[in-house]
Amino acid sequence: MVADAHKMEFGAKAHVALNDPKLRANFRRAMDGLMTKRAAQFADTGEWTSLRARGAAIRANALAKLPELLEQLEANCLRNGIHVHWAETTAEANAIVLGILEAAGARTVIKGKSMVTEEMHLNAHLEKNGITPVESDLGEYIIQLAGEAPSHIVMPCIHKNKGEIAELFHDKIEGQPYTENVDELTAAARKALRGAFAGADAGISGVNFAVAETGTLVLIENEGNGRLSTTLPPLHIAVTGIEKVLEKLDDVPPLLSLLPRSATGQPITTYVNMISSPRKDGEKDGPKAVHLVLLDNGRSRVHGDTELRDTLRCIRCAACMNHCPVYTRVGGHTYTFTYPGPIGKLLTPQLEGIDCAGDQPHASTLCRACADVCPVQIPIPDLLVRLRTESVRPAAPGAVKGAGSMASSSETMGWKGWTLLYGSPLIYRIGTKMLGWFGNLMPSSAPMLKQWTSVRTKPKFAPKSLHELAREKGFCDE
Amino acid sequence: MPKQPRPESVYFFGTCLIDLFYPEAGLAGMELLKREGLKVVFPPEQTCCGQPARNNGYQDEARAVARLQLDAFPGDRPIVVPSGSCAGMMKTHYPEMFEGTPDHARAVAFSQRVFELTEFLVDVLGVTLVDKGQPVTITWHPSCHSQREAGVVEQPKALLRQLSNVTLVENPREKECCGFGGAFAVRQAEISAAMVADKVASIEETGATSVVSGDCGCLMNITGAAEKSKKGFKGRHIAEFILERCHGR
Repeated sequence: MVADAHKMEFGAKAHVALNDPKLRANFRRAMDGLMTKRAAQFADTGEWTSLRARGAAIRANALAKLPELLEQLEANCLRNGIHVHWAETTAEANAIVLGILEAAGARTVIKGKSMVTEEMHLNAHLEKNGITPVESDLGEYIIQLAGEAPSHIVMPCIHKNKGEIAELFHDKIEGQPYTENVDELTAAARKALRGAFAGADAGISGVNFAVAETGTLVLIENEGNGRLSTTLPPLHIAVTGIEKVLEKLDDVPPLLSLLPRSATGQPITTYVNMISSPRKDGEKDGPKAVHLVLLDNGRSRVHGDTELRDTLRCIRCAACMNHCPVYTRVGGHTYTFTYPGPIGKLLTPQLEGIDCAGDQPHASTLCRACADVCPVQIPIPDLLVRLRTESVRPAAPGAVKGAGSMASSSETMGWKGWTLLYGSPLIYRIGTKMLGWFGNLMPSSAPMLKQWTSVRTKPKFAPKSLHELAREKGFCDE
Repeated sequence: MPKQPRPESVYFFGTCLIDLFYPEAGLAGMELLKREGLKVVFPPEQTCCGQPARNNGYQDEARAVARLQLDAFPGDRPIVVPSGSCAGMMKTHYPEMFEGTPDHARAVAFSQRVFELTEFLVDVLGVTLVDKGQPVTITWHPSCHSQREAGVVEQPKALLRQLSNVTLVENPREKECCGFGGAFAVRQAEISAAMVADKVASIEETGATSVVSGDCGCLMNITGAAEKSKKGFKGRHIAEFILERCHGR
């Protein structure tokens, strides 16, 4: 339903974003800074090459064994005293979370940062059912106050500058004077959140990695809010996509080295939380109950295609969007769905369907900047081409939801014509001669040429082609 | 230092954009090779590498056109391509496009014979250039596919630095995409326009009077936008630029 409402809005939203100079400046500045910091982290290309190869192998291995590892994860979590729930759809996952909260009589929830709960639109679901969720990550807190969705998967309010946040806090936090002093703004959020931490009946978090071998949930963060959210309230619910599983504990360190360095250019994060059970007898802190919700929402369908499966390697570092020339210009909200940028263009059409988000794989020049920086070597541009192929393949059977939905007979005819022209030396020779004659007579307002000439001069066909010149100069003779 | 044995003759693949819009760039590329004493053969049956169809999702169409190129360049000669984009397509995508077809083996062999022009001039021929031109300040624009698909990064700059009267200024945003992307420029016209505007501005900030590139797709985009917004720099394909310098024009 959500998908239908957002169908194919990319172009229209891009138009709005491109005409917002403040937004463009905010993104440009932020992404330039992130690119510089990341580059400094991976200055040693030898280390980068071997570490990312290891990261890619760890993720590929986990995906190759996904069904077994999920079973192992479940068994070890249960042994550790963590309740495990399986959800095929976001609606099921929302119902499970709500059910756990209701059974515990919880009214308020403190949340650590989690993209998968954004994918579920969990906050709206909880609010509708009388439960108040409070986001505790500073960026998430800011956008929750603003009533917005994250525009970036690591830095959710990267689209806002200091002044906008100052204004928002002044409006929404009682007694907060207008100030652009960052320390004062942070202190204001901290003060507001302190009560929310103390009074929460439950904590909800995402999961960075779930280790099958030990039944451990790994969560990394910088603010300490994640640790508070998962230890202070009596109940902790962790929600994750099924692809986040790792085979063993030894797989964690290389990924912990790759993720923050790729994401924010930090060598490590301030906090690494490893949760392996609820509070045990005699322990002084920790929740009395821990639940793990494993969400599918189309992931097993993606997993079923051995090529597209690489999409699921993603460790949500956002390096691809930080380096994407399209994301940098239009910002995360243009993508409409939860996951923006290159990985979003790849993941969203697969989860929601090509019929809903089929234009997104086309919003790329295939410049490969994303593939260059991906710490787990997802071949994003090649998979975008695969999705483009799926989108026009007539009545394509198989794994991709909504495949074939963008096929148009005029476009197909166009490519048949292209093949005819370029697929025969004779037709090419005659055809290009005619193209040259008529092409230069075409008005700038002709279809397709119009978009080109809106900001560029019209390309001119040369009086003589290279084929003709090469023949004249004797290059065509063996 | 040349990494490959020096051949006696090479094939030249002209690219469809060069064929129709920038034939002088192709001709210059062939002249540069001929100056090194090589026999240069331009097979008249060649058309296009097939990238436009592949990138738009029309794989059967791309394969049909690519197969024609496999036929047009038989034998063992290296295939020199004055475009990082087309060279990248032929090097990296031909083998995978023909996987599971009877043409796979020859597509693999073909891909191993492909060289981007500057790569061939530097890595195989080890050319030495003598600059006879007037002093000029230029900047370099690498295409995304030459950098990240064909793996050609240092060679064009190594050539340009051999030119004694040419000052090469670095564009801090050099590696960023110019926004061409084939059909992208039309399908996502507004985003493409924003990208090329930024690229034009970054080139202008370098103070260079010319932007030199190894890809005519980027050049068509960048110089088209620069002309439309009346910016004061010109665009040149690297083959044409180098040949002119060597002739003292």
